[in-house]
Amino acid sequence: MSNWEILWSSRDVFWQGFGNTVTIFVISAIAAFLLGSLLVFMMEGARPRLKKPLRIFIDGMRMLPFLILAYLFYYGLPSLEIRLSAWQAGVSALILYHGAYFAEILRGSRVTLSSGQEEAATALGFSRPSMFIRIILPQLVLRTRGVMGNQLIILLKDTAFLVIITVRELTAAANSLSSTYFIPMEAFIVVIGFYWAISLMLEQSIRLLGRLGEKRGFSNA
Amino acid sequence: MDSSAWGLLLQGAWTTAWISAVSIALGVVLGLIIALIRLARLPFIHQLLGTYISMARATPLVTLVLFIFLSGPTFGINLDRNVAAIMALTLNTTAFNAEIWRSAFNNFSNDQREAAMAVGMTPWTYFRRIMLPQTVITSLPNLVNEMSFLVKGSPAIAVIGIVDLTRVTNRISAVTYDPLPPILAAALLYMAIIGFLVWGQRIAERKANRLAM
Repeated sequence: MSNWEILWSSRDVFWQGFGNTVTIFVISAIAAFLLGSLLVFMMEGARPRLKKPLRIFIDGMRMLPFLILAYLFYYGLPSLEIRLSAWQAGVSALILYHGAYFAEILRGSRVTLSSGQEEAATALGFSRPSMFIRIILPQLVLRTRGVMGNQLIILLKDTAFLVIITVRELTAAANSLSSTYFIPMEAFIVVIGFYWAISLMLEQSIRLLGRLGEKRGFSNA
Repeated sequence: MDSSAWGLLLQGAWTTAWISAVSIALGVVLGLIIALIRLARLPFIHQLLGTYISMARATPLVTLVLFIFLSGPTFGINLDRNVAAIMALTLNTTAFNAEIWRSAFNNFSNDQREAAMAVGMTPWTYFRRIMLPQTVITSLPNLVNEMSFLVKGSPAIAVIGIVDLTRVTNRISAVTYDPLPPILAAALLYMAIIGFLVWGQRIAERKANRLAM
């Protein structure tokens, strides 16, 4: 059997790894986006008490490598009697880490939004949360879609770090196949192809989002 | 944590620092070379490099490190761990740097080129004396930003057994049975390294703004 045939016969392993990577990616992308939006919402308002601690949290995250946070959750938390499985630790680290980045991206665009809209919305009787969800957030998302797309690709690439804390994702699949059959090159080429395909799909959907944005008059982003 | 644990941590930090520094130096220069080659738009090579950049930007560092280290022997080359790590980090950062250089070259004003041609400069003199010095300054903030991304991605090299600043926490906790303090200390050291780069980026931005192009 040639090396490629061996890989084809063990395609289940790849599919499982691919499925796991996509699941982890989707869950943490959605949760991180929600966390980021929540952080931005909590940082605005007339007298936000939380502004300073949140600022420190976001800046702290931006100066840490992702793997250190994953280590902290997986190896460090058991000292405080909190035990997470590798999967839980990995996903919660991804959410917390990228939530901070999403918050920073959204905040950067938030400060350039004109205050006239807010005043108009307040005059029309919008409450602060509903104004944020219906007026501010959609604009921020459409404006920052390019940077957001890059961040999503970074998030996808960070899922590969989870192989180090023993999560069974795509890179782990290639690693175990390559050590079982000793065909490292082919196994990793397949996996790199998978990652590439996901990234290209992400880029494409960002482009589609851009077209939607242009229809609504956000060609400047 | 006693002094020997701190010593190990500092050793790990040193490993992270020198491997990152070598990859950064290689990556910036190679990125510049690739950007220049792409600028010439040679028929086949242009697409080839474009594919490389697109792929290298989509591949996770962990996967790349494992790929290079494990598939080296299939080609009959037995790579040293450090060399494999530097190769992977360089391949990754070169792709990003090439895009940074390329966008700086593309955004460069055409008027200056025409002026240089008018006073009789050869294309090489024009590039060397006028274009390069200015693009270095304008792309410096982005390059430094990419450097801090590289440091943040560098724990990936732990996967092939290099004892870097992340991996060393395992070694310490294997002795002390308390993983929390070394991980927090490593986090502090990373913050120091990356904070230093962010500070450098701020200075670079100020310089770039003063040029105001």
